[in-house]
Amino acid sequence: MMPMTDLPPFLIFYIAAILVMLLPNRLGQLVSLTAPVLGGLLLYFLADTAGQWHIAEVVLEPVRVDDLSRLFGYLFHIAAFIGVLFSIHLRDRLQATTSLLYAGSAIGAVFAGDLLTLFFFWELMALSSMFLILARRTERAYRAGMRYFLIQAVSGVLLLLGTLIIYAQTGSLAFDHIELTSLASLLIFVAFGIKCAFPLFHNWLTDSYPESTPTGAVFLSAFTTKVAVYALARGFAGTEALVYIGAVMTCFPIFYAVIENDLRRVLAYSMINQIGFMVVGIGLGTALAINGAIAHAFNDVIFKGLLMMSMGAVLFRTGRMNGSDLGGLYKSMPVTTSLCIIGAASISAFPLFSGFVSKAMVMSAVLDEGHEFVWLALLFASAGVFHHAGIKIPFFAFFGHDAGIRTSEPPVNMLLAMVIAAILCVLIGVYPWLLYDLLPFSVDYNPFDRSHVLAQLQLLMFSAAAFAWLKFARIYPPELRSTNIDVEWLYRKFLPGLSSYCGGLLSSGSRGTSAALRAGNKAIMKVIFRHYGPHGTLARTWPTGSMVLWVAIILAASLLLYYF
Amino acid sequence: MIDSQLLLLQVTLPLIAAPICLLIKSGRACWAIAFIVTISSFSLAAIVFSYVLTYGVLEYNFGGWVAPWGISYRVDIVNGLIALLVSAITTIVLVFARTSVSNEIKNKNQSIFYTAWLLCLAGLLGITVTGDAFNLFVFLEISSLASYVLIAFGQDRRALTASYQYLVMGTIGATFILIGVGLLYAMTGTLNMVDIAARLPQGVTNRTAQTALAFLVVGVGLKLALFPLHLWLPNAYTFAPSAVGAFLAATATKVAIYVLLRFLFTVFGFNFSFEEMPLDLIFVTLGIVAVISASAVAIFQDNVKRMFAYSSVAQIGYMIIGLGLSSKAGLTASILHLFNHAWIKGGIFLALGCVAYKLGSVRLGALAGAGYRMPWTMAAFLLAGLSLIGVPLTAGFISKWYLFEAAIEKDWWLMLIVIVMGSLLSLIYVWRVIEMAYLRRPDHEEEKSEAPLSLLLPTWVLVFASFYFGLDTRLSVGVAHKAAETLIGYSP
Repeated sequence: MMPMTDLPPFLIFYIAAILVMLLPNRLGQLVSLTAPVLGGLLLYFLADTAGQWHIAEVVLEPVRVDDLSRLFGYLFHIAAFIGVLFSIHLRDRLQATTSLLYAGSAIGAVFAGDLLTLFFFWELMALSSMFLILARRTERAYRAGMRYFLIQAVSGVLLLLGTLIIYAQTGSLAFDHIELTSLASLLIFVAFGIKCAFPLFHNWLTDSYPESTPTGAVFLSAFTTKVAVYALARGFAGTEALVYIGAVMTCFPIFYAVIENDLRRVLAYSMINQIGFMVVGIGLGTALAINGAIAHAFNDVIFKGLLMMSMGAVLFRTGRMNGSDLGGLYKSMPVTTSLCIIGAASISAFPLFSGFVSKAMVMSAVLDEGHEFVWLALLFASAGVFHHAGIKIPFFAFFGHDAGIRTSEPPVNMLLAMVIAAILCVLIGVYPWLLYDLLPFSVDYNPFDRSHVLAQLQLLMFSAAAFAWLKFARIYPPELRSTNIDVEWLYRKFLPGLSSYCGGLLSSGSRGTSAALRAGNKAIMKVIFRHYGPHGTLARTWPTGSMVLWVAIILAASLLLYYF
Repeated sequence: MIDSQLLLLQVTLPLIAAPICLLIKSGRACWAIAFIVTISSFSLAAIVFSYVLTYGVLEYNFGGWVAPWGISYRVDIVNGLIALLVSAITTIVLVFARTSVSNEIKNKNQSIFYTAWLLCLAGLLGITVTGDAFNLFVFLEISSLASYVLIAFGQDRRALTASYQYLVMGTIGATFILIGVGLLYAMTGTLNMVDIAARLPQGVTNRTAQTALAFLVVGVGLKLALFPLHLWLPNAYTFAPSAVGAFLAATATKVAIYVLLRFLFTVFGFNFSFEEMPLDLIFVTLGIVAVISASAVAIFQDNVKRMFAYSSVAQIGYMIIGLGLSSKAGLTASILHLFNHAWIKGGIFLALGCVAYKLGSVRLGALAGAGYRMPWTMAAFLLAGLSLIGVPLTAGFISKWYLFEAAIEKDWWLMLIVIVMGSLLSLIYVWRVIEMAYLRRPDHEEEKSEAPLSLLLPTWVLVFASFYFGLDTRLSVGVAHKAAETLIGYSP
C-alpha cells in the first residue's frame, strides 16, 4: 500500500483548514469540498491499525482504526461533506476554517486510541465549535457561545483529571472499556455525560445550538454529541445506569419541545431525545443493542442534519426562526418543504425511512433484555418525536397559518446538500443492509417483520390523530412567544437569586439581611477586584520601602522557622 | 577529552567583547560583535554540555591553583544544561534585538546597550559555571548591574523607576547572598562550594548554618522573584525594551533558580535543607500562593506585557512547588519546567515585542483585531499561549505532567487541584488576549501590518521549541532526570 494512505484521518482536515485560511475564497471553497472526499477515500484504504507513539514514558496511540471507529469515521466524513456543501456559498473565512477544524477534531477524537489524545481532540472540538456560534456575531450569540465553551471546557478538565488519575494508578492511558467503579472512572463518565447531554447536563445544547449560524448548526448537530456517544460506546458499554439515564433523556425533552417556539431549539430538544435511544442501547450492551445504538447515531446525524439544514434554509431566507412568525412557506419553498418532510419521516421512524431500521433494533434489544418499563418509555418517546419533530417542525414552518412571507428556494448548494441527506435517509430506510454491514457486530436482524411494521404504523397514526384532534379542539399549545425555563435557569437566575433568598429565609423575611447579603456578594467581588484588579493591592507598583519590608518579614519568618 | 579552558572562554568572551563594544560606537557593528560572541558562547556551551553528558564533570582551575585554594569553574550536568539554555535563548533573542532595539533605542546609545547586554550575559554564564561561592556573588553583581542598565533603556519613563526599584531590591538580595556566603566562610574557612559542603558541620543546632541558609534563600528568592519577593519584577519586565524583557524573563530568573538549587543541594545538602529545615513547607506554601495569586492578578491586567510578567511569577511558583515536594520526581519536574518555561515565555515576550514594534502599544485595547492585522505574530502568540496553559503535545504540558506525577507520588491531592486551577487561570488570561486579537474589531479598520521577518523568525524559533520539547522529550526529560539525580547525589 502507498504510504500516502497511512496519513492520520484528521490531518487532511487540519491541512485543509490552514489552506482555507490562507487561500483566496474560490480556491478555499474547492479545498473545503475536497477534504472530506479525500479523507473518506484515504480512510477506506486505511488498514485496521493502532500506531503507537512514545512521548517521554507515555505510550500514546493517536490513531486506532477498528470497526467501531471506522463507522464513525465514515459518518463524520459524510457529515462534513454535507455540511461544507451546505455552507459553501458563505464568504466567511472564520466559519470555513473552524468548521473544518471542528470536523477534523471530531474525526481525531473517534480515532483516538488513548485517553490523552481523546482529551486533546475533545478540547479542540470545544474550541473550534465555539466559533460556529460566535460567527453569528450578535451579542446574544456571543454570550451563548461563551456559556457553551465554559461547559465544554469543564467537561474536558474532568476528562483530563480522570485520565491523569487513571494513569497514575495503572500506568496505562489506553482507552478501552472502563468499569464505572472508581473516582477516576466517574470523572470520565461525567465528562462524557456532559458532552452527551445527559439530563441536567443537557442545557448547553439547547442553549447554544439555536444561537449558532444557520450553517453552523448543521456541523454542531453532527459532531459533538455523536463523539460522546462513540466514547460511551467505547468506554461504558453495558453500564446499566445508562439504560435509565437514556430512558429519561428520551422522555423529558418531549415536553419542552412541544411548548418551544424557536424551531431550531425544538430540534435541539429532539436531538437529546434521539441520543437517549442511543444511550439506552449502549447501556444494554448486547450486540444487537450496541449495533442499534450506533446505527441510530449514524442515521441521526443524517436526518437531524437534514432537518437542521431545512430550518437553516428557512432562517437564511426569512431571518426568522420562531414558529409563531413562520408558516405557509410551502408556496415559495416547495423543494425545501418536501426535503424537510423526508427528514421528518425519518426521525419519526416511518417504515422505509432510515430512523425506522435503527430505532427498531434498540427497541427489540430493550424487550430482549426484559426492561418493559424502559420499553414503554421509549414507546412514549417515539410517539412524542413524531409529534414535535415529525409534525410540528414542517407544519409550523411550511404550513399552518400563512405568515405572508414570500421568498424563494435557498441557493443550489444548500438544496444539493439537503438532497444528498434525503437520498441517504431513503436509501438506508429501504435497504438497511448497506448500513448493517458496517456495524461492529455481525447483524442478523430484519427490521421489516410484520408485527414491527404494524406496531410502528399504529403508533404513528394514533399520534398524528392526536395532533389533529388537539389542534382542532384548540387544546394544542399555541405558538407563543415565550421563554422556556430549563436547567439553565439554575445558573442564570437561581444561583444569583439564591443568596438573597437564603438571606430572606434565615432572617425570617427581614429585608435588611437579604439586602445585606446581596451587598455582601458585591463586596466579595469588590474585595477580589481590590486585591487583584489592575490597580489592586497585589497588582500595583509598591513603594520600594514596602518591598524591603517584605524581605525583612520573610527573612525573620524563615529564621524563626529554622530555629524552632 | 576536551580542554577545560573552554569553560573559561565561555565567560571571558562576552566579558572582553563588552568594552570593545563601548569603544566602537556603531550600533550595527556592536550588534554583530555581540552576535558573534553569543553564538560562540552557545557553541562552547554545547560542546561542554555534550562532554558532561558523557563524562559527568568538567573542571578548570584558575592559574593552576587546585580547587580549595584557587578559584575553579566546575560544570556538571545541571549547570551544563543551564548554560546551554541561557546561551541558546540569548542568541535567539539577540537576533530579535537587532530590529527591535534599533527601533526603540537611539543609535548613539546602542553601543552602551550591547555592552550592558554582553556584561549581563557574561555575568549569567559566570554564575552558572563557577564552582566558587564568592565568585558567584561577583558574577551575580555583574549581571545585575548590567540588567539595571538594560531595563533603564526602556522608552517609557517608568522604566527608570522600575530599574531603580530593581536596583534597590537586587542589591539587597546580593547583600543577603554575600552575608550568607560570608557566614559559610566563617564556618568552614573555604569558598569552594564542593569544599564547603564537605566541611559543613552536621547537626540541627548549628545556628550559623541555619542563618546562612535563611540569608541565602531570601537573597536568591529576591533574584528569582519568589512570591512575595517578586514585587520588582512586573515593572522591570513591562517597561524594559522588548528584547530585554524576553531576555531577562527567559534567562535571569532561571539562573537564579539554578543558584538556589546549587546552594540547597550541593552546598547544604538535601538532608539539611529539607529534612532538618522546614524548607519544603515554606516552598510549597509560597509556591501555591504564587500560582494562584499571581495568575489571578494577571487576569485583571490591562497591559499585556505586565500580564505575562505576573504569569512568570506564577510559573516560578510551579518550579518552587516542585522543589518543595522534596523528592527526586519533584526536582525533575522543577528543572523540566525551568527548561520548558524559558522557551515558552521567551516566545510570548518576543511575540509581544512584535506587537509593540508594529502597534506601538501592548495595552489590551490596542490589540483589537491584531489577529487579522498581524496573523503570524498572533498565531505565534496563540501557540506559545497554548504551551503556557499546558495543552497536550506542548512543552508546558510535559512539565506540568511531571509535576502532577510527583504530587501523586506524595499523595498530595490538594496539589493537583492547585495545578489544574493554575492552568485554568492561565487559560483565562491567555484567552483575554486571544479574544481581543481575534474576536474584537478595532474601532477603525486598519491596514494589515505584519512584523518584519527579522522579528518573526526568532519568535517562531522559540515557539517551535516550545512545541518540539513537548513532542521529543529525550533531551529535556532525560537530562532533567539525570540532573535531579546528580543534585540529590551530592548529599552525604
